[in-house]
Amino acid sequence: MAQIFHTSTNVLSRLSIYGGVFIVALLGAALYGIELSPWYTDVHVSREQPVPFSHKHHAGELGIDCRYCHTSVEKSSFAGVPPTQTCMTCHSQIWTNSAMLEPVRSSYRTDKSISWTRVNALPDFVYFDHSIHVSKGIGCTTCHGQIAEMPLTYREGTLYMSWCLDCHRQPEKYVRPKSQVFNPNYVVPSNQMELGRQLVKEYKIQSLQNCSVCHR
Amino acid sequence: MSSNPNTPDPNSVDLAAVRAKLAQAGQKHFWQSLEELSETKEYREFLEHEFPHDTAANPEGIDRRDVLKLAAASAALAGLSACTKLPTEKIVPYVRPPEEIIPGRPLFYATSMQLAGVAAGLLVESNMGRPTKIEGNPEHPGSLGGTDVFSQASVLTLYDPDRSQTVIHEGRIGSWGGFAAAMTDAAGQQSPKGAGLRILTESVTSPSLAAQIRAVLTQFPEAKWHQYEQCGRDNVRAGAKLAFGKPVNPVYKLDKADVIVSLDADFLTSGAGHVRYAREFSSRRAMESPSSNPNRLYVVECMPTSTGAMADHRKPVRPSEIAGFAARLASELGVGSTSGASSAAQGISAEWTRAVAKDLQQHRGSSLIIAGDEQPALVHALAHAMNAALGNVGKTVYYTDPLEANPVDGIESLRDLVNDMKAGKVDVLLILGGNPVYDAPIDFDFGPALLNVKLRVHSGLYYDETGELCHWHVPATHYLESWGDARAYDGTIGIIQPLIAPLYEGCHSAYEITALLGSDPGKSNHDIVRDYWASQRPEKEKAFEDFWERSLHDGILPATALPAVNVSARTDFAKQAEAPAVPGDLEISFRPDPAVFDGRFANNGWLQELPKPNTRLTWDNAAMISAATAQRLNVTNGDYVKLQLKSRETKAGIMIVPGHAENSITLHLGYGRRRAGKVGTGPGFNANFIRTSAAPWAATGLHVEKTGNQYYFAVTQHQYIIDHQGHASEEESDAAFHRDLVQVATLEEFRANPNFARDPNEEATRAFTLYPGFKYEGNAWGMSIDLNKCVGCNACVVACQSENNIAVVGKEQVMRGRAMHWIRVDTYFRGGLENPEMYYEPMPCMQCENAPCEVVCPVGATTHSPEGLNEMTYNRCVGTRYCSNNCPYKVRRFNFFLFSDWQTPSLYGVRNPNVTVRSRGVMEKCTYCVQRINAAKIRSEEENRPVRDGEIVTACQGACPADAIVFGNINDPNSRVAKLKAQSRNYSLLAELNTKPRTTYLARVRNPNPEIHE
Repeated sequence: MAQIFHTSTNVLSRLSIYGGVFIVALLGAALYGIELSPWYTDVHVSREQPVPFSHKHHAGELGIDCRYCHTSVEKSSFAGVPPTQTCMTCHSQIWTNSAMLEPVRSSYRTDKSISWTRVNALPDFVYFDHSIHVSKGIGCTTCHGQIAEMPLTYREGTLYMSWCLDCHRQPEKYVRPKSQVFNPNYVVPSNQMELGRQLVKEYKIQSLQNCSVCHR
Repeated sequence: MSSNPNTPDPNSVDLAAVRAKLAQAGQKHFWQSLEELSETKEYREFLEHEFPHDTAANPEGIDRRDVLKLAAASAALAGLSACTKLPTEKIVPYVRPPEEIIPGRPLFYATSMQLAGVAAGLLVESNMGRPTKIEGNPEHPGSLGGTDVFSQASVLTLYDPDRSQTVIHEGRIGSWGGFAAAMTDAAGQQSPKGAGLRILTESVTSPSLAAQIRAVLTQFPEAKWHQYEQCGRDNVRAGAKLAFGKPVNPVYKLDKADVIVSLDADFLTSGAGHVRYAREFSSRRAMESPSSNPNRLYVVECMPTSTGAMADHRKPVRPSEIAGFAARLASELGVGSTSGASSAAQGISAEWTRAVAKDLQQHRGSSLIIAGDEQPALVHALAHAMNAALGNVGKTVYYTDPLEANPVDGIESLRDLVNDMKAGKVDVLLILGGNPVYDAPIDFDFGPALLNVKLRVHSGLYYDETGELCHWHVPATHYLESWGDARAYDGTIGIIQPLIAPLYEGCHSAYEITALLGSDPGKSNHDIVRDYWASQRPEKEKAFEDFWERSLHDGILPATALPAVNVSARTDFAKQAEAPAVPGDLEISFRPDPAVFDGRFANNGWLQELPKPNTRLTWDNAAMISAATAQRLNVTNGDYVKLQLKSRETKAGIMIVPGHAENSITLHLGYGRRRAGKVGTGPGFNANFIRTSAAPWAATGLHVEKTGNQYYFAVTQHQYIIDHQGHASEEESDAAFHRDLVQVATLEEFRANPNFARDPNEEATRAFTLYPGFKYEGNAWGMSIDLNKCVGCNACVVACQSENNIAVVGKEQVMRGRAMHWIRVDTYFRGGLENPEMYYEPMPCMQCENAPCEVVCPVGATTHSPEGLNEMTYNRCVGTRYCSNNCPYKVRRFNFFLFSDWQTPSLYGVRNPNVTVRSRGVMEKCTYCVQRINAAKIRSEEENRPVRDGEIVTACQGACPADAIVFGNINDPNSRVAKLKAQSRNYSLLAELNTKPRTTYLARVRNPNPEIHE
């Protein structure tokens, strides 16, 4: 019987096999790239807000304590976004005519809440608790980044599970003295691992990695 | 319903075979359903498959190529679906923060819920202003921390999208202002006498509402207040009137009673005070050691109830024979004449009655006889007289003034109203709650009579059968939205405190509607209630303010329980006992439904889908009948029959219920609703079509006629049958595999062998395992369930559903075995069909240490926690269902469809924010309320201390009125759960499989009277 395929088909078939593998690998790499890109993760992407609130000004330059506004961070899973009243404690006195602050004043006048855009969001099947983290010596800036230098707030970490587990597997890498938790200018010391190991012991920090810690 | 009577149904029950099998098995064999005994096809499917009916037949012509294509396509799509960006969310903070609210932390408020006027004390969890979960109020005498199914499910009614939302005037949307103007007009026209004004209420125990209505009656001296409550306490009051000359309210102290006789009283799960009574009753069944002295319960009843299941001796008798038995027992105790003895019930021998009487005599002052709410006045009066003769008054029972502010007979009161309506004497009728068009006795023709009234006003949660016939319908506020007060079973006044402002603008309470007729229209219901108490209390101004704050906090007004009154019982009524009961005459008995009550909860999906005690029927009521009577009438399970009572008829499906009395049919009320809402309109059969004022609870002369059609019930009874016998053939030591799932002994046997429940081979079995030996340092969570205390009331099932956002699936899916409850109450029978012993066994996840589910999950979605929980991680689950296939306890549930309602906005409110709402294709199961465990652990870590014993209360445990479920750390030998597990009655289910379950059971100990041998 005569040969059906030309000999060049061998080359073609080899090419298509190798090509196939390359294409799949390339596609995988591309998807991985997308998954880690700021477009997908929102990392370092400033979000537009109804009022261009600057953490850099308030927390950095003025040195207002985090807990002045995020009042429930030590008591609840949710750190709390300040009610309009908190803004007005100062802004009924200063910058009372600023156009930028009109939405705040109008909220206070009309009793309608300001609708902020959430910067750090977790999927609904993840249950994160702020209070236990701050009470065990995890600083605000560890997760939220150099908040004192953010004119408009952005997300510092991917908030992926691997990102969480990085610390849950080795809390000594990130833990700091409890007195420094709310210090936005805290600098990680050079002997972090040594200090960390000591604090983990002192604060009885557990390396919790089982599923129901966060998923339920 | 299909109409094919000729095809033999492979699922039909062969009663002859059932009897033969039972006779062969003897008295020691446990069984769950008739289907099991006759091994129907459906039963085999449920036994052998975790989820039968789940695989559709393969479509014709599918080949390898198509399979590959589909696989590739689904793989590609599965990948894509994971690539969605998280949506942008908004945070909307308060403008001015309310006091006390810490975002993310729940708050608890005390309030009360009324059922037939009687208040249950509750603590309601509020998440950011949304009431989400009901707990019992430990400070409240009617609760002591326990709850029942109705209060647990009531939070769903609050968010029911079918609730009426606006004022409706002649079928169109109206306004409260328009209604108020109409009422002012009407009041003006009725002035000064008000001869045409009528107010119809349900049972009112609220002192402030009663005062308001009385003020209206003073203003309009010829106006009348009528009261009708279908499942109220008319007979209790009538009985007390017969015995004592006044309608006093009996209050029982079950913890003081050693011997209890129930005359058709389901006092553990229905009626005033049942939550408290269940706690008191079970406290006497704690059996800590063989020397413990449990109480003894005799139950004489028609339909098997939870109370019947807890009985040490139970006799099924027809409704008409209860009075005869009561009279006979009375005469044995020397109360009244002996002539009643001639009409004693069939099936109850003189010896039995005598033995009961003797037992009662031996426990003078510590015995108790309770008559059921549905029993005629005579039975109540006999019970009172017997309690008096036995010296129980003041010890196990005392009497108070009636709870109801206006203690009239509901049926007679409604009859007066109907007569006036028919005579055209009623100009204005205010129906404040209730649904008389649906539930009034049928001979009253309430609907047509109502149309004679010139101005008809209805207030209710739903625009229902009654609302539809009224000129004005005003949506009522839910109790979680309004202020009020109500009396508990002992008279203690509970404050009804709102958790949330009315969800809909149109909603108003009965207080506000009544106020429109009075001198102060427009007064808010808060002011009405508060001002009433300010005028009643000795404290003034600041002192009253403190008193009021404290009362709101505690949920009760202190020291308001009604005092005991001195009454003396007559006994000369006993000769009326000779009620003629024609042998062989078929009787019907009506009862409030254990799930939807009188129909008011018909639109509550949690309650509709709740398997009812003993029958495990969901979504329907049924004509319940004994096996022998079914055979005599030539009907069987599922036959759709016509029930004729004199000239009236209704239709219903037949359901054979083991232990039901002969020659009688029980039909629950509350079904066959025509206008209940999307959930409640349709299911079941309307018993009210044959219920008359002359015979509201039981009637003779019933005629049953087959229609030839079939009706299919959704019964969960044999859906989770645990196959513990199939192993015998595969294993060598088959004796080890015949341990019963329910372990029972009599008190005598228990005292002889305290370790009867333990598997003697358990330790030996433990040695053989391939599982890694987990080490549990720190906490190890475990649960103990006391079968001797569990009354099978189902409160745990609804509590779990509420706490864990468990979806409702609907009747058809329940029939396929897809109900989603994480905890179920398995019911077992032992003995013959006529009067089997009944046992309840609540089944949550066993949280095995050697968990069969964990090792088979291909994606690590179900894993073992260091504290011994079998974790279920929804976001990892891909729905292989291998885990549930490997679960010997059948406690895993699978979302075959998107069962959770993600579309209806009002239902978002009811969800627990701390539990994921599951989507399609995901497995789920009991987590031991891991969200509560985590919350307590976080709190304890922050306070730098270990978790305290009792700090974590699972939802099922918190709801349990009987205190049967205890959860805690088994590594702490001083914890309550560890101590319970150390008791000799402790045993594990299927210990032979060496799964080492963390949920273990305390065996049941029966306390039969040694002198009774039948």
